[in-house]
Amino acid sequence: MVGAKGWRKAGIISVFLAPSLVCLLAFSLGPMIATAWVSAHEWNLIRAPHFVGFGNYRELLHDEKFQRALTNTVYYLAGYLPLVMIGGLALALLLNKRVRFVGLFRALYFLPVVTSWVVVSLLWKWLLHPKDGVVNWALSMFGIHGPGWWTSRTWAIPSVILASVWKDLGFVMVILLAGLQAIPETLQEAALLDGATSLQRLRLVTLPLLTPSLFFVIIISLINGFQVFDQVWVMTGGGPAGSSTVVVEQIVKNTFSYGRAGYASAQSIVLFAVILIITAIQLRTQKRWVFYA
Amino acid sequence: MNRRTVTRSSYAGILAMLALAVGACSSTKSSTDTTAAASAETTVAAATETTGAPTETTIAPAAPATTAAAAATGDKVTLSYFTFSAAPDHLKDLDAIVKAFEAKNPNISIDVKTAAYADYFTALQTQVAGKNAPDTFELNYENSVTYARSGALLDLTDKGIDPARYYPLALKGFNDGGKQYGLPATFSDVVLIYNKTLFDKAGISYPTAAWTWKDEQAAAEKLTDLKAGVYGHLQPVSFFEFYKALAQSGGQFFGADAKAAFNSAEGIEAATWLTSKPGKTMPSLTDIAGTPDFDTALFKSGKLAMWHNGIWQFSGLKDSGVDFDVVVEPGNKVKANAVFMNAAVASATTAHPVEAAKWIAFLTGSQTTVETRLASSWELPAVNDSAAFAAYLAVKPPANRKAVFEALDNVALPPVIERQQEMQDIVGKALESIVSDGVSAKDALDRAVTEVNALLP
Repeated sequence: MVGAKGWRKAGIISVFLAPSLVCLLAFSLGPMIATAWVSAHEWNLIRAPHFVGFGNYRELLHDEKFQRALTNTVYYLAGYLPLVMIGGLALALLLNKRVRFVGLFRALYFLPVVTSWVVVSLLWKWLLHPKDGVVNWALSMFGIHGPGWWTSRTWAIPSVILASVWKDLGFVMVILLAGLQAIPETLQEAALLDGATSLQRLRLVTLPLLTPSLFFVIIISLINGFQVFDQVWVMTGGGPAGSSTVVVEQIVKNTFSYGRAGYASAQSIVLFAVILIITAIQLRTQKRWVFYA
Repeated sequence: MNRRTVTRSSYAGILAMLALAVGACSSTKSSTDTTAAASAETTVAAATETTGAPTETTIAPAAPATTAAAAATGDKVTLSYFTFSAAPDHLKDLDAIVKAFEAKNPNISIDVKTAAYADYFTALQTQVAGKNAPDTFELNYENSVTYARSGALLDLTDKGIDPARYYPLALKGFNDGGKQYGLPATFSDVVLIYNKTLFDKAGISYPTAAWTWKDEQAAAEKLTDLKAGVYGHLQPVSFFEFYKALAQSGGQFFGADAKAAFNSAEGIEAATWLTSKPGKTMPSLTDIAGTPDFDTALFKSGKLAMWHNGIWQFSGLKDSGVDFDVVVEPGNKVKANAVFMNAAVASATTAHPVEAAKWIAFLTGSQTTVETRLASSWELPAVNDSAAFAAYLAVKPPANRKAVFEALDNVALPPVIERQQEMQDIVGKALESIVSDGVSAKDALDRAVTEVNALLP
């Protein structure tokens, strides 16, 4: 794009881009830059911000609560990610078959994805209610005394994982289903003619060709998983006694309950850095396992 | 040429679309922040005031002396007032107070904005941070120190208020460093609410003001019938109950050196008292946390004998069919009662400090307010006017309503620091960990003391 014509074209393009660009600048990039600035201050939102340099970051290094939040977030991911990936893959493989009512089943599994997080969290909070919940009632039919779920120190995060997996299963399923349908029938047929068993076909044909979709879902799920908040906020509030606290929950509490906007901003920046590094590593290592046909 | 005009008009079209889009993204902001509009109005009012002033001076000499003071600042002034205690049940009552004030002060109009308590402080903080603070607003005692020490509040000391009008302890509660930052609007306290029928059935005499924890515990053990789902008592395991139990044991939350000292023998006694009951003579914390308003429902269903709760429950219990009465809470070594207070304050940045002070004084101390609050069983006005409370005392149940005022003889106010909410959460979590994790009271409190001390400046 050189010369007057090129500039005019650029002008027209930018005008078309402007509506989303203005919103992006005002409500995403602007606040992000502001967050970096706030993170270098001590600010309770009421008094004028007071510059502390890297003070907030130094405090973070020694903050047990923040370390617990990070550990809990990783714990959550360690439970959530394998379950949602394997479950989503299994569902996608099942619903990729030409079975009766396949459209209905796909829609049913996708329903939780379009449901509000608050609704899903409340639903699971009641399902997992230690005394009156359906889950513990069902367990008691088998003579099992169900745990305290979100009221228990040990079971609070597993409860959150359960709700999250249930909600996100459909999302993983839909992406993988699209990936599965993009795999040419001819390849499967060729493998079949060569005498490959169904397990061999899955391992040697389907999965390798599905890796781009798997890669995409893993990246998205990891990014979302690190930012886990709504379900924790509604189901446990970070409790009992702070045992299920996660990073974003602390960011919200620090800003709006504790009047520590600067400290919370520093936490946001650290979380951003963690997500950035992990995503960068994934992008780097994808060559080793992602197979683009 | 023709092509050029087409491009030009399409540019215009695109620009129009752009304007729409920008409008769309900003509209989400203004709809969530309704109060921003209120402050904008105030600025408009401030602007007209300056332009209107010269013409006003020609009229002023003719006006009577009393109204001259009000007119001195000029044109009509709009003050915003942000509150959590009015909506949803008492908007009409607040409206009546506003109308009465506006009738007396025709040059001032009040623009009321409300938010639910759970969202109120978030909304308030963001308004203050955005330099859009409401002219006047409501603060509870626990949060007032944070706002006062952050310089967000107008000093009302010389703004023509009448200190004698207010209940002295409440007035003092909103005085920080000798400056009166707020006028106490309401107060409420905690009493022991008991179910008379359950006591009669168990053949136990009703609680008296002379009761101690031991008496309560003994009665609770007799009254508890787990098979029937009946519990002897319910006292929340929380910061607010802890500081009070600590005071009842004769302990101090902050020591003489202003450092946290609640891990004392008295502190351990208080924590043990609160944490030994759940799951035994009181419902478990899981039960309480699992269901919203669990305690209210339990008492209303007639399955709770004694309930440590506030006087704000009276009106709700009136229609529950439970035969109840109240008494001053049992103490331990001494009596100590929890009081909750709310004040009306003005923003340090208000353009109309004189009018703001006038409105706050009316809102908190006027006869209209006192009558409106008492007639509608809103919270109690914090005025020093025993005659005004005669009507309140006459309402039954509870028959022993005077306990509300007897409790004021031994008040223990909650400890307040600038980082209040964090401190409350630390203490709450420490108590929770004693109940759910079996941590010893000493270990839990030692840890909490260290954490609270780290919050102090």
